[in-house]
Amino acid sequence: MAIWLTENSKIIVQGMTGGEGTKHTRRMLASGARVVGGVNARKAGITHEGLPVFGTVAEAMAETGADVSVVFVPPAFTKAAVKEAIDAEIPLCVVITEGVPVHDSTEFWAYAVAKGNKTRIIGPNCPGIASPGASNAGIIPADITTAGRIGLVSKSGTLTYQLMYELRDFGFSTAVGIGGDPVIGTTHIDALQAFQEDPDTDAIVMIGEIGGDAEERAAAYIEQHVTKPVVAYVAGFTAPEGKTMGHAGAIVSGSAGTAQAKKEALEKVGVRVGKTPSETARLMREIMQAR
Amino acid sequence: MDLFEHQAKELFADYGIPVPRGIVAHTVEEARAAAEQLTGRVVVKAQVKTGGRGKAGGVKVADDAADAVEKAKAILGMDIKGHTVHKVLVEEASAIAEEYYFSFLLDRANRTFLAICSAAGGMDIEEVAHSTPEKVAKVPVSALDGVDRAKAREIAVAGGLPEQSLDGAAELIEKLWCCFVDEDATLVEVNPMILSADGQVKALDGKVTLDDNAVFRQSEHEAYADKAAEDPLEAKAKEKDLNYVKLDGDVGIIGNGAGLVMSTLDVVAYAGEAFPGKPSPANFLDIGGGASAEVMAAGLEIILSDPSVKSIFVNVFGGITSCDAVANGIVAAFKLLESRGEAVTHPLVVRLDGNNAQLGRQILADAALPRVELVDTMDEAAKRAAELAAVGA
Repeated sequence: MAIWLTENSKIIVQGMTGGEGTKHTRRMLASGARVVGGVNARKAGITHEGLPVFGTVAEAMAETGADVSVVFVPPAFTKAAVKEAIDAEIPLCVVITEGVPVHDSTEFWAYAVAKGNKTRIIGPNCPGIASPGASNAGIIPADITTAGRIGLVSKSGTLTYQLMYELRDFGFSTAVGIGGDPVIGTTHIDALQAFQEDPDTDAIVMIGEIGGDAEERAAAYIEQHVTKPVVAYVAGFTAPEGKTMGHAGAIVSGSAGTAQAKKEALEKVGVRVGKTPSETARLMREIMQAR
Repeated sequence: MDLFEHQAKELFADYGIPVPRGIVAHTVEEARAAAEQLTGRVVVKAQVKTGGRGKAGGVKVADDAADAVEKAKAILGMDIKGHTVHKVLVEEASAIAEEYYFSFLLDRANRTFLAICSAAGGMDIEEVAHSTPEKVAKVPVSALDGVDRAKAREIAVAGGLPEQSLDGAAELIEKLWCCFVDEDATLVEVNPMILSADGQVKALDGKVTLDDNAVFRQSEHEAYADKAAEDPLEAKAKEKDLNYVKLDGDVGIIGNGAGLVMSTLDVVAYAGEAFPGKPSPANFLDIGGGASAEVMAAGLEIILSDPSVKSIFVNVFGGITSCDAVANGIVAAFKLLESRGEAVTHPLVVRLDGNNAQLGRQILADAALPRVELVDTMDEAAKRAAELAAVGA
């Protein structure tokens, strides 16, 4: 078992015929993921990488039974692609595209909510989700780790890979890269909740970054709802202070979004926070060895 | 990208938002000419991309052109929170009856837009928000619904604006929403939004942050780039499409992926604390997932042209690009730089981990590049790079 993505997941790729779409469709197939087709309105009917290309997400779902979409379309078309996936009510939509204007992501999020949240959105600007040994939706390298009982949720792509690799002897149930954009679909809290409920996850690694207050809110959630051990890492302790303009940000959150503030919030609720990625892996190792 | 006040106000004016007449001046003489043209009392305002200008003495009223010269003299060249004042906005003075606060911004936590409105505007708005939050209305705005005149009026009422200001404020707020959406802004702030003595609601100040991701459909935004304030190395890096930020330490950093590079900065800074002079990162440089030879060469070139760099730490995790490809990239980069007569003379600590790490390390070992050291783990590599910087390489 895993969260959100299992060996039964059937994946379609929006933007499969493009350069990135083609490359990563190949990689997903090579890793054993069940990619069943692609979507491109202008290329409907052709076969690409041995897979059928459909005109719409709805059509692809009807023909293949797909329940996961991975989006590789360019930023200018991402909003339309995600709204199409929401209209088709596909259960999971993983948005890999980097550089999506925040007005667009805010709009497609509002659209998903208005449509009753039938589609779980991961991303944008994320590496996707991988359940090692079962399936892989996105660009997370499949071969750096093994199947196991650690759950991972992270804002950062390469730090996800680093931790997955360092803990490859224990392995992962699912690793979710939620992306570092200001507005994202799935949050740390969503993943924490799913890992808490997943009988095949024993412990959770959470990776955060400076900016926003998602980690602080995750800490509050952990205190109330998470009984499984959580180990965290926060990047950006020495990052230079960004230029902040105006008063609006301070009025809204009241928190500067510093790494130190996030670390303190997490430690206060009993989460062990590693000083470096390797130390974080070591903390998780201790927990897994003690089981 | 943040705009200067005068740019924000020019943008506001394009959307029909009332702003005072003003002229930008880069010199004292230009300030005199601007004041003469505007006639009467003027306000001389430092143009810097930071808040708290008023409290720092960067905003002064002048009675006439001669006085404007004195005020411009005092303000030009001033340092406000690390920003040097290179230009001022000379603006007609407004007769202020009341000061309000207004902004539209992105509310990350709730994944929606937010309007913030208060009748208690001005320099102390943060204090007002802190001590009397009930005086500051925060109204969520859905990206799907937007803001029409009725919604704008509702927000103004929630902010406690008096009856005589509501029509004017609603009109301004509706126009500001158009600006916020059409320009792909993540913040538009008007503080103060004033009711003038003659009953007009105006934007007396303007702060705008634009979304860099939207440049593909906002081509005119490129004109706002502040070339003068850019670090020369950052400008050079930008030309090569490198994600580079200059820092003030002495260990050059190259890595792949923003999170890993940010983490590398932290690990190097920690390691540096143990050595004399406390070496710290000289830069942030993310060469992305690809890490080709050309990108590696371009990155090394930028770092080598930074005179404060004493050692270099290349920290790569081979995920999508495996480590052998990265190692070949480093070898090719050395050759490329050597052929240009820019041979690498700094010590370089390389940590390769992930896919084909052994093969990558073997390629580097076989190439026997001068001054390149391979260290297996990120923490140990950071320590070694800091140590090399501390001994002055």
